[in-house]
Amino acid sequence: MKTKMSAKEYEQYIKSKVPKPNTLKNCIMAFIAGGLICDVGQFVSNVSKSYGYNQEAVSAITATTMVFIGAFLTGLGLYDRIGKYAGAGSIVPITGFANSIVSPAMEFKREGFVFGVGAKMFLIAGPVLVYGISTSIIIGILNYIFAG
Amino acid sequence: MDYAKAFITGGIICVIGQILMDQTKLTPARVLVLFVTLGAVLQGMGIYQKIVDFGGAGATVPLPGFGYALAKGAMKDVKEAGLLGAFTGGIKATAGGISGAVFFGYIMALLFNPKTKK
Repeated sequence: MKTKMSAKEYEQYIKSKVPKPNTLKNCIMAFIAGGLICDVGQFVSNVSKSYGYNQEAVSAITATTMVFIGAFLTGLGLYDRIGKYAGAGSIVPITGFANSIVSPAMEFKREGFVFGVGAKMFLIAGPVLVYGISTSIIIGILNYIFAG
Repeated sequence: MDYAKAFITGGIICVIGQILMDQTKLTPARVLVLFVTLGAVLQGMGIYQKIVDFGGAGATVPLPGFGYALAKGAMKDVKEAGLLGAFTGGIKATAGGISGAVFFGYIMALLFNPKTKK
């Protein structure tokens, strides 16, 4: 029996053993799940519009409501169950952003409320905010220089 | 009709995320960071607004929509308040979502415990 493999052989061996993601099926599930979540957002948006809120308020209400739904379903343990089937369809919407906050916060509760919950809730949300906010500031500055 | 448009737009954005996760070694966290940044940059070039005009919540609910809202807010405040607006506009426009995420996230983490995975 051959026990020693070259690095390249080993790489090939691993490649043959790692299950290939079924991208087509995953994409269909992601499409349906993502579409449905966005339709929930559209519903919230339409309802708040019908109450006479302006566009900015409608955006804020929709974002806050969706974040609440995502956080609540994560707490109940339902969101991760959806995520098993939905893949990116449950990760990419803002409900997934809320999920990325609640999941590690719950998980690390035993490490205390400051460095456990307080710090770990930003494990994924932190980088998202850092890059999102920084990019928007750069765009604002560029806008000031070239359009202002 | 706006529900169909939102479904299609949101679905397509999620499919792009799924392809990135399956075909490249990008983790979900990296996809989220990439999408937020991309949404902001596309809005900076004036493109994402067109997607939002078509897809409504289908474009604003996925994470690129968060980047879009940040960039749109920053550009709007720059117009009104000058350079300072670049620093105030983004958060102002997304305050509800960010504060909600922090607050609800914390409350839910207090109320619930992780379910044991089967």
